[in-house]
Amino acid sequence: MAHAATHDHDHHGAPKGFFQRWVMSTNHKDIGTLYLIFSLTMFFIGGAFAMVIRAELFKPGMQLVQPYFFNEMTTMHALVMIFGAIMPAFVGLANWMVPLMVGAPDMALPRMNNLSFWILPFAFFMLLSTLFMPGGGPAGGWTMYPPLSLQGESVAYVIFAIHLMGISSIMGAINIIATILNMRAPGMDLLKMPVFVWSWLITAFLLIAVMPVLAGAVTMLLTDKYFHTNFFNAAGGGDPVLFQHIFWFFGHPEVYIMILPAFGIISEIIPTFARKPIFGYRAMVFAIASIAFLSFIVWAHHMFAVGLPMGAEIFFMYATMLIAVPTGVKVFNWVSTMWGGSMTFETPMLFSIAFVILFTIGGFSGLMLALAPADFQYHDTYFVVAHFHYVLVTGAAFSIMAAAYYWIPKWSGHMYSETWGKIHFWSSVISVNVLFFPQHFLGLAGMPRRIPDYNVAFANFNMISSIGGFWFGASQLIFLGVIIHCVFFSKKKAADRSWEGAKGLEWTVPSPAPFHTFDVPPVIHDDELAHGNTDH
Amino acid sequence: MTSGGIGRSVSAWAAGAMALFGGEAWANPVPNQMNMTQGVSEWSPYAMHMVALWVCVVIGVIVFGAMFIAMFRFRKSRGAVAEKWAHSTKLEIVWTVVPVIILIFLANLATGGLTTFADTTGADMTIKITGYQWKWRYDYVDYKGKGVDKVGFVSKLEESSDRTRQLKSNLDPDKIQVDGYNTYLLDVDKPLVVPVGVKIRFIIVGGDVIHSWWVPALGWKMDAIPGIANAAWTKIKEPGVYRGQCAELCGQDHGFMPIVVKAVPKAEFEQWLATQEDEAKIQKAAQTAQNAPAPVPQG
Repeated sequence: MAHAATHDHDHHGAPKGFFQRWVMSTNHKDIGTLYLIFSLTMFFIGGAFAMVIRAELFKPGMQLVQPYFFNEMTTMHALVMIFGAIMPAFVGLANWMVPLMVGAPDMALPRMNNLSFWILPFAFFMLLSTLFMPGGGPAGGWTMYPPLSLQGESVAYVIFAIHLMGISSIMGAINIIATILNMRAPGMDLLKMPVFVWSWLITAFLLIAVMPVLAGAVTMLLTDKYFHTNFFNAAGGGDPVLFQHIFWFFGHPEVYIMILPAFGIISEIIPTFARKPIFGYRAMVFAIASIAFLSFIVWAHHMFAVGLPMGAEIFFMYATMLIAVPTGVKVFNWVSTMWGGSMTFETPMLFSIAFVILFTIGGFSGLMLALAPADFQYHDTYFVVAHFHYVLVTGAAFSIMAAAYYWIPKWSGHMYSETWGKIHFWSSVISVNVLFFPQHFLGLAGMPRRIPDYNVAFANFNMISSIGGFWFGASQLIFLGVIIHCVFFSKKKAADRSWEGAKGLEWTVPSPAPFHTFDVPPVIHDDELAHGNTDH
Repeated sequence: MTSGGIGRSVSAWAAGAMALFGGEAWANPVPNQMNMTQGVSEWSPYAMHMVALWVCVVIGVIVFGAMFIAMFRFRKSRGAVAEKWAHSTKLEIVWTVVPVIILIFLANLATGGLTTFADTTGADMTIKITGYQWKWRYDYVDYKGKGVDKVGFVSKLEESSDRTRQLKSNLDPDKIQVDGYNTYLLDVDKPLVVPVGVKIRFIIVGGDVIHSWWVPALGWKMDAIPGIANAAWTKIKEPGVYRGQCAELCGQDHGFMPIVVKAVPKAEFEQWLATQEDEAKIQKAAQTAQNAPAPVPQG
């Protein structure tokens, strides 16, 4: 650490050769860029799978694909979006922004940073290649419940890919924790850090805690399949439900791994465009920590219908309902941040406001799902599908888009086209509701999830949902266009402080951020921070 | 939807809207249905669901209302100047404590629902349900304290749906109807026949992979897991045909293993059961006559 903070004799600029610069990079900005490009690519691949799903569900009857391929699509859509799009996007944002926000010259472990990124393309190449193999890709759902998942032919490939993703995530998390705890500029106390940095510090601990649990669960699947163990095989004395307990002990914190950094991003953007410090900074940090803690004791709410003892159902129901309290605090604090501000509505702010509203709708359906008796109806229906897409698409993905618009002037040195950004926003926010809102109705009316065909009673809302899906998918091409235009063609130079109300260290460096920043630790002025005076 | 269906469509929308606010009783999915069924069983999560929904709606109106007022009043373009405050202990206590009170209220309600659901004692009848890829097997275990003799059968997707659902079959799912109700993918060759007004305990297991037995009108689903015997109960109030589907991904034909429960008056059920028992006896006798080494599973 001391070495990185001192000096390196050739601090001049990026290496000239393409291979040298990108494949051998140890620079947090370049690796951040790689992560972001990778996740955008995966977003489109996972999105293509979603288009197949919505096309088949456009009307009753099987028109396009065989049921088994449909199951491959739902499984791969989830795996690619979760592990390929959302998580790497957040790691990419952390790579780019955490050192800039805490005044560090780079990540604490730059070589490991390179490794943790470059594992990912291989992991996903392996995962996606199963689609072209005899026997096909995984089709048992991303949750991989045995015994069904063990019927697949691609188990070994999928599990090895998941191991690689897990290793990558753990290395990324170690790097982020080491950077935040060791490389902050003097004066950047923990309770002066931006909320985004806090959210990532907590998320990184969640990752380190649960990725090994996932690795253990899938390794047991592997040995059950190929080495005749009976962890989950009832005929051999094992228990299929054990897998679900282990999986969701990973899976629930995983859900928060995908939303806590989003909370951090929104907590940066709303104060900027409300021109008012974040309301209740300490409460915001404490709320993130409480949600992270609670995430470890709620896993069985995914399993209310497996026949748990009543005492367990009551415990997990109460614990799950408790999450509404810190989450409510966050929403109320964002609203209070806007209250009494001086707001403008540039694209990042629009996405953030949509995040607060639509994520809250996802939170409401989450509260309903927490009620075990009602969950006996909701569970495994389209109501659940609607719920987790509200929190993951209009939650996590919208926050990533907000972050991209917010920081792209710092990354590229240019302003994006505000007009096209707004077109992208309005097109996305309308279509995403056309896509997911009717799914609540479908679930309540009785449509199970993960089915390729359905009764004609579900026809109209499915058609509406599919139209919304194609529209939302097409809208993301605008996003791609705005980014390409901004990086390569935009004539409008970005100021160092790209937004009038923006606070924090990242806005004190030039735009685009030079290859090396903070060779000398910056001096921290409290009024420069986004959350005002914390001394009360 | 065909153009002739528009009129029906409109009235269905109206019914759907009414159901959302007034609460209409239906048991099986109807076109454009927007809300959960009230169910036909003594136990139903419908009231719990509606309370939770309205709690969320009220909180939503308050929070989103405050947001929209803020977005209107505190715009820079209207000359709003940002204030400096960023904290209020009083407010923060309020919006921590108020949600806790609401949650205690909801938790209390849900705990009551859970307790009655978990109580499978005092049942007058037991049926064992086994999930297979991709069909259900029903075995009648006992009725009114007496063991039932070898009544059990397999229930799977009926043939016309099965033909229609094949890829590019060019058959019209709209055409599959029973009594004017579309039963595409929601009808079986042999329904589960049960009596109304009797508390029935179901023992639910999985034969190969995990399935989940779900009839929305009964108000719950329960996973059918290999090696685990789950229990649930129902006491159906009204005679009728209640349809459902497997709710846990169980392989390629997961979407094609429906459930049909036919609830009939007690007398009718007892007659049906007696016939089934007789048939089982005749079949057994026939098999014995043929010196069959093992009883052939029916269906």
